[in-house]
Amino acid sequence: MAYRMVCLMKQVPDTRNISADVLREDGTVNRQALPAVVNPDDLFALEMALDVKDKHGGEITVMSMGPPAAIEVLKDAMSRGADHAILLTDKKFAGADTLATSHVLESAIRKNGPFNLIFCGRQAIDGDTAQVGPQVAEKLDIPQVTFAEAIEFLDKNDIVIRRAIEGGFERIRGRIPLLVTVTNTAANPRPPSIKRKMFWKKAQTRSSVQSEEERVMLSKRGLLIPVWGLAEVGCAAEICGFAGSETWIKHIENVKLTAHEPKCFDTSETGIKELINELINEHII
Amino acid sequence: MENGVWVFIENDLGTIADVSLELLCKGRELADQLGCELGCFIIGHQVSDAASDLIAFGADMVCVADHAQLVHYLTLPYTRIAVELIKEYRPSIVLIGATHTGRDLAPRIASHMRTGLTADCTDLQIGEYKFGKKIWKELLWQIRPAFGGNVIATIVTPETRPQMATVREGVFRQPEADPARKGTVVDLNPTLTEQDLIFKIVERVKAEKKVNLKAARIIVAGGMGVGSKDNFQLVRELARVLGGEVGATRAAVDAGFVGHERQIGQTGVTVRPNLYIACGISGAIQHRAGMQESSRIIAINTDSSAPIFSVAHYGITGDLNEVIPRMIKAYKEKD
Repeated sequence: MAYRMVCLMKQVPDTRNISADVLREDGTVNRQALPAVVNPDDLFALEMALDVKDKHGGEITVMSMGPPAAIEVLKDAMSRGADHAILLTDKKFAGADTLATSHVLESAIRKNGPFNLIFCGRQAIDGDTAQVGPQVAEKLDIPQVTFAEAIEFLDKNDIVIRRAIEGGFERIRGRIPLLVTVTNTAANPRPPSIKRKMFWKKAQTRSSVQSEEERVMLSKRGLLIPVWGLAEVGCAAEICGFAGSETWIKHIENVKLTAHEPKCFDTSETGIKELINELINEHII
Repeated sequence: MENGVWVFIENDLGTIADVSLELLCKGRELADQLGCELGCFIIGHQVSDAASDLIAFGADMVCVADHAQLVHYLTLPYTRIAVELIKEYRPSIVLIGATHTGRDLAPRIASHMRTGLTADCTDLQIGEYKFGKKIWKELLWQIRPAFGGNVIATIVTPETRPQMATVREGVFRQPEADPARKGTVVDLNPTLTEQDLIFKIVERVKAEKKVNLKAARIIVAGGMGVGSKDNFQLVRELARVLGGEVGATRAAVDAGFVGHERQIGQTGVTVRPNLYIACGISGAIQHRAGMQESSRIIAINTDSSAPIFSVAHYGITGDLNEVIPRMIKAYKEKD
C-alpha cells in the first residue's frame, strides 16, 4: 500500500551554539543574529517518512508555517526526497503560540486531503516545547506516538513503533491514521541529493517572483511552491496567530553571561596537586 | 472544588514520580496563596495505596482512576480521563511534570480544552498582569527559559481556564508527609472503550538502575572535547575515584559518548552538586543553564576563551588527557 504522509517542519534560529559574535555588549544574545536552520528534530521526522516511502511507497507533503523565508526549509526537504511542499504564511499567523499554530496546521492538513501518517520532530530548538505535534493530533482526533525512534512494522491498518521512555523504550502497537513525533535517536537523516538541491535552489513562491515570464517558467518546471494564507487554509482569523494564542508573554528577561575570573591552576603535577589539596582542605572532596 | 489547583500524579507501578511530589509541594503553596483547594489525580493500576500518601503530602482531594489496562501510560485513555475531570471540577490551574509522559499528555489536554500551556517551567508564582486598561489579578506566572536558555520568559494565560504548565523535575522541593492531614479520595472506576485502547504496549524495557544525577554530590561531566566514546573512560574513571556521577553535554550524548539519561542542561537534567568538573565542555548557554548553580565548578578546556570559564571557580587551561590522570594521581596520593 502507498501511504499518504504529511511532514510538518519548522525554520528556527540556531540556538545550539551561541558564539561570541551574536552576544551584545551587555552579555545578552541578539536572537536576530542567529542563523536560520531547519529544526534538527524535523529532519529525523522527514527521514522516517522517507523510509516509509522507500519501503512501502507513498507520497510526502511537507508543510511549514512561518515567514516567507521559511521556503528554505521546504527546498531542503524537497532536496532530500519529499514530493510536495506547501508554505503556510500569512501576517495573521504571526505571533502564534503552540495552540494557535496547531489550529493552522490542523486546517492545512484537512485541506490537503486524506492522510495515513503525519510526522513531526519531537520538539523545536527555539522553544523546546514538544507541544505542537500532540496538539495537532488532538484537533485531528487521531492517536499520537511521541518520542518515536523507529517504525518496526506497518501495513494498511496496523503499526508497531518503538518509542523512547525515560531510561528505556517501549514497543507500542496500534492503528493508522496516526501522528508521530520523532526523536533524534531515530535513524539519521539522509543528506540532500546534490542534483535535487541544484534543481530546488531556484524554487520560489508566487509572490517572490519578479515577472510573469519567470512565473510561467517556474510553474512549468514545477518550481513554484504553493503558499497558503488564511483564506486558503480556511481557518478563522480569531484562532490563528497572536489573536488565537492563549499564552501571553508578560515579560522577557535576557540572561546575562555574568563573567567572573576563575582561579587558575597550571597543568603541571604541582599545579594539579595544589587544586586537589585546596578542594580537600575545603572539604569539597 | 472549583477553581482549585490540580496536579497530575505520574506513577510507575504505584511509585509516585519525584516531579509529581515536587508539584504537590508547590501546588500546596499556590493553593494557600489563592485560598483554594489542592486537588490531584492519579491514573494507573493498584494505585489506591498512593491516595492516602498524596493527602499526607498536601492534597485536599485525590481522584483515583484504577484499571488493569491503565497500568502504563497510554495517550488516549489518560487524556480522556483528565479532560473529563477538568470539565467536572473546573480547576483554575493544572500542573504536570515535564517528563516524557507529561509532555505527551499535557498538550493533548490543552488542545482539547483550547487553553494555553507553557512547557518546561522552572518557576511558578502568583501575580497580576496588566494589558492596556485591563488588569487580571491572581494569575499563574509561568516562568521558563526560552531560545536555548538565552532568555527567561514569564508567560500568563489570562483568558482561558485552566492555566496549564509542565514543570521540570528538580526545581521545587519535595513535601514532607503529615499523616494527620485529612482529605477526600474519589474513586473514578473508569470504564474503557475500544477507542481508548486503540494502542497497546507490547513490550517495555527499562534499565534497572536509574541514574540519579540530581542527588550526586560530585559530578564529572564531559563534552565534545573528550573526543570519543573510548576516551570518555577518563571521565568515568575520575568520577569513580572521587565517588561521583558521570554527566555529559547534549552534544556528547548526541555523539553517542554516553546515554541520554546523563544529559545535563536545558533539555536534560538541572543539577546543583557540591562539585562539578567540566571536562572538554565549551559551555554553551543551554549547558550552563543546567549546572551553573553548582557550589564549585572546575573547568578543564584547551581553549582559554571558552565560555565555561566564566562560570567556573577553578580553571585549568590544558589537555584533559594530561590533566585528568594527574588529578586522579594527586587525589590517590593525598595524605
